[in-house]
Amino acid sequence: MARGPSDTIIALASGSGRAGVAVIRISGGGSAALLKGMTRLPTSGTGEAGGGVSRETSSTFPRPRHAVIRTLHDDQGGFLDEALVLWMPAPHSYTGEDVAELHVHGGPAVVEAVIGAALKTRLCRIAEPGEFTRRAFDAGRMDLTQAEAIGDLIDAETEGQRRQAGRLYQGEAARVFEGWRGLLVSAMAALEASIDFPDEADIPGEINLTALEPIEALAVDLEAALGDAGRLASVRDGFRIAILGPPNAGKSSLMNRLARREAAIVSPIPGTTRDVVEVRLVLAGYPVWVADTAGLREAADAIEAEGIRRALTRAEEADLRIWVSDASDVSRETSSTFREGDLRVLNKADLLNGDSPPLAGSEDVFVVSARTGAGLDPLERRLAQIVRDRLETDEAPLVTRARHRELVEEALAAIERGLEGARIGIGAELVSEDLRLAARALGRITGSIDAEDLLDRIFSQFCVGK
Amino acid sequence: MITNTFDVIVIGGGHAGAEAAAAAARFGARTALVTHKLSTIGEMSCNPAIGGLGKGHLVREVDALDGVMGRAADRGGIQFRMLNRSKGPAVRGPRTQADRQLYREAVQDILREYPNLTLIEDGVEDLIVEHDRVAGVIGQSGRSWRAGAVVVTTGTFLKGLIHIGEKRIPAGRVGEAPAIGLSDRLYGLGLTMGRLKTGTPARLRSSSIDWSGIEMQPADADPIPFSFLNDRITVPQIACGITWTSAEVHAVIGDNIHKSAVYSGAIAGRGPRYCPSIEDKVKRFADRDKHQVFLEPEGLPGSEYGDTVYPNGISTSLPEDVQEAFIRKIAGLERVEIQRFGYAIEYDYVDPRELTPDLAVKKLPGLYLAGQINGTTGYEEAAGQGLVAGLNAARFAAGNDPYILDRSRAYIGVMIDDLVTRGVSEPYRMFTSRAEYRLTLRADNADQRLTEEGVSAGVVGSKRREAFHVKRSSIDAARERLQSLTLTPNEARAQGIHVNQDGKRRNGLELMGYDAVDFAKLRAVWPELSDVTPQVAEQMEIEAQYAGYLDRQEADIVAFRRDEDMRMPADLDYRAIGGLSNEAKDKLSTVRPATLGQAARIEGMTPGAITAVLGYLKRAAKKSARG
Ligand SMILES: Cc1cc2nc3c(=O)[nH]c(=O)nc-3n(C[C@H](O)[C@H](O)[C@H](O)COP(=O)(O)OP(=O)(O)OC[C@H]3O[C@@H](n4cnc5c(N)ncnc54)[C@H](O)[C@@H]3O)c2cc1C
Ligand SMILES: Nc1nc2c(ncn2[C@@H]2O[C@H](COP(=O)(O)OP(=O)(O)O)[C@@H](O)[C@H]2O)c(=O)[nH]1
Ligand SMILES: [Mg+2]
Repeated sequence: MARGPSDTIIALASGSGRAGVAVIRISGGGSAALLKGMTRLPTSGTGEAGGGVSRETSSTFPRPRHAVIRTLHDDQGGFLDEALVLWMPAPHSYTGEDVAELHVHGGPAVVEAVIGAALKTRLCRIAEPGEFTRRAFDAGRMDLTQAEAIGDLIDAETEGQRRQAGRLYQGEAARVFEGWRGLLVSAMAALEASIDFPDEADIPGEINLTALEPIEALAVDLEAALGDAGRLASVRDGFRIAILGPPNAGKSSLMNRLARREAAIVSPIPGTTRDVVEVRLVLAGYPVWVADTAGLREAADAIEAEGIRRALTRAEEADLRIWVSDASDVSRETSSTFREGDLRVLNKADLLNGDSPPLAGSEDVFVVSARTGAGLDPLERRLAQIVRDRLETDEAPLVTRARHRELVEEALAAIERGLEGARIGIGAELVSEDLRLAARALGRITGSIDAEDLLDRIFSQFCVGK
Repeated sequence: MITNTFDVIVIGGGHAGAEAAAAAARFGARTALVTHKLSTIGEMSCNPAIGGLGKGHLVREVDALDGVMGRAADRGGIQFRMLNRSKGPAVRGPRTQADRQLYREAVQDILREYPNLTLIEDGVEDLIVEHDRVAGVIGQSGRSWRAGAVVVTTGTFLKGLIHIGEKRIPAGRVGEAPAIGLSDRLYGLGLTMGRLKTGTPARLRSSSIDWSGIEMQPADADPIPFSFLNDRITVPQIACGITWTSAEVHAVIGDNIHKSAVYSGAIAGRGPRYCPSIEDKVKRFADRDKHQVFLEPEGLPGSEYGDTVYPNGISTSLPEDVQEAFIRKIAGLERVEIQRFGYAIEYDYVDPRELTPDLAVKKLPGLYLAGQINGTTGYEEAAGQGLVAGLNAARFAAGNDPYILDRSRAYIGVMIDDLVTRGVSEPYRMFTSRAEYRLTLRADNADQRLTEEGVSAGVVGSKRREAFHVKRSSIDAARERLQSLTLTPNEARAQGIHVNQDGKRRNGLELMGYDAVDFAKLRAVWPELSDVTPQVAEQMEIEAQYAGYLDRQEADIVAFRRDEDMRMPADLDYRAIGGLSNEAKDKLSTVRPATLGQAARIEGMTPGAITAVLGYLKRAAKKSARG
């Protein structure tokens, strides 16, 4: 069968497995016929209930957007399930097409039977992953950022991810991008007016540096948003913590404690962890990746040297570093790369016989025992607090996806080139070209690009024309 | 030999018609130009000037494609000025005032040079349509002519209606009858049509103006010709005056504004925002206490129009007595004699979305439209379209594929794409800001962009072709020489050129990228460059100055062409594409875009809709490949 987007698709919209209710969604031109067939209504004639007062009976087609109870049958007339049925005709539906939703009893067998019976009518096929959203986007029901956000919403596992995707979905990000683009178009209008209407009395002749002031400010905002982008990428992709320290300090043991499972091999032989092992946890509602690394010391062989190199790279990229050392043997500490904000863990507290190790008691130094679990609670609390502090803010998340980031970077580069050009006195047409490229890059995020905007601005700001 | 059968018939001898007829003739078509009066061929209905910002680009492009306008302007131009002279080369706009009579005569002389072009005086009342395609035209005189293709360039004449105060006079231009029958025929074809309006100011007797207190603006000392075939201008040059309106002038207008045809609501059509009437300016920009007025002579002293002045900036549809009252309040015009009063004119236009990018009417094969009838304003806009329509009519009649200029190649392409994709809501005029590839599409390099293309399209004659080839080889040679001549940083410093002391040799083009280095400087370093002509030297300077920008733009153009190369089947059924909103389906069905790129430029088209179309095309292509 040829698969075109015009055909009707069906899929389980809620999660699979046993549940109270399962929602099956159908979208496309064949939805009405399919629904009629399954609810045993004559397939010819509209069958639609008339005005709002007509009584819903099981022999009428459901009114748009009214929940009704219907018995679903297979093609032999056999009973499938009693379902709550919702009919949402085009264009006011999620996909912009005719959509029917069947809320059936949530057992896997029921779902399978209903979808199986629907497929048997040959009026529909199983939807491909993301196809409902894809159709909604194709129908212009949402812009690119919103479509992307829906993907994020569905994928959201943590509260932080959900909040961020929600803001993107509500079009907040799109509004900000459009606002930025608007600033560029305004500034261009001034430049373009001086180019296209130079004889007009009220239009400044030279490049008007005051017209570019909002663009200077915009450059700062874009930079901030990109800096912010690191934080927001963390919300999406996870906050990264690297565990570092000399061999045998108990790094792998500590990670296993944090992960509450045996992710890394713990061994008394120094240099056992040769590669980077990562586990994923949720702290303060955010996804966190904890990486266990090879111990830092003079490498005994090439493989270990490679492990150490990777450990250092990971340390460099991490959002937070935890330096582990053996509390009973702090002499072997390698803290050359210790940075402000890093945490220090003195492990093997159980071997201390009550002695207090050096540094104990200072801020962000934790004395723990990976073996007994002593001292781990304060460490975990501190980690959660750091993650929350760094990822949570009230500001709208902006640049979260790689695609957006690239385009914002492109815009910023063009803006900086243009501003620099204006400062050294290059022509208005060149400054304007850079602003145009910047506006176009931003427009590509939400998908709106329009040259008429510019002339509209010019005509509303200046009295032009002879 | 007297014949009444042609390959191409052009209706209307305005700026679009003249270019259309000439282009068809250059292609080799047996061509007829049928117009009301042979004596008004090439007439400037309004402002006696050719070129300007964006418009000058169009003239140069028409010239690069061997058209009429540039050459005629060089013969009729009496005040050449390079606008934006102090700005970058991409936004300079050649312009000249023209002596109405000299210009008109030049156009008529050039048209008479084409042996296969017949000029016929008649008003066309109707088209002959046979087997669902156009087959000829019928004149008011009762004569008829047959043709393989017809180009309509009737300007403001379709149901033209002049307004002066409360007076309404059916006319195409003042003193000329409108075209009614033809307009009915176009409605009969089911074309979407609308009304637009434009206006013109009063004409003043020059000898009654008090020039003593008026600031004068001279022509450029070294007038630069429009045509790539001319290297200098021989017509005498004059100056024009600049005066100003005042609060007093505005008061007269404000007190009488209800009498303006525009403000009394008598006019349905929309006028151009960039060419507002004086009553518009007074009303919309009430805080301004003066507006500029250029006093432009319509001819050389002593000639037919030598005593007429066009006051640029005060077009109006106020009644005659109010016009006289406010004009006489303007400095220098206190005792002015008015030769003809200003007026507004309303006329029918055809929604240009009825056209394909070769300016063919989708609903009637063989019919082409160009000029003001497509919702544009201006001679240059008309000429650019006329050339494209005339050439394509001739190609159609000969069974050739259409020749299309896209947005990355020419301002003409930008204009036509804007028209056929987005339609118009006000008379359309060219601006440099409409061209996204403005740095590439310059007035100075129009010939390098287009002449060779024009040769293969069949619209460039042999004289032009040879002249161009000579110029192109000298440009190529100069470029090669500049690339081979190099200096080390030390050598450069010895010549007074300061570059980074990085030990890298820099060639001539790279050195010209530095602000302080122009071609004259290089010539001082390498005397052997002294045989390079000034035009070629200028090209080299511009290439060097724009180098990085042009590279970035080139990358942009490559991306643009990818979408432009995705052709949309003419018979595509948009209703059959799933996932498209009804709105998107409607828009696509109205415009019937020729390429995917054009589809994306339709107003309000969402990226989602474009992805759906693209997906559909890809699947269709796959299916047909499978057979
Ligand atoms: C009052 C007025 C004010 C204007 N103001 C401006 C302005 O401020 N700025 C600006 O840029 N442009 C202005 N213009 C526009 C400019 O004049 C036109 O855009 C340009 O001339 C259009 O060229 P065209 O070839 O399309 O039509 P036109 O130059 O109008 O030529 C049309 C020709 O077709 C002939 N014709 C018409 N109907 C028939 C028929 N049925 N049979 C045979 N021949 C026919 C006519 O006789 C005429 O020769 C103005 C025009 C007018 C009339
Ligand atoms: N007594 C004691 N031993 C520990 C503790 N944590 C780790 N060890 C032991 O120290 C050795 C090295 O541990 P490992 O986690 O592999 O260290 P790594 O090399 O830093 O990853 C193992 O034998 C562990 O059992 C602790 O808190 N107390
Ligand atoms: Mg380990």
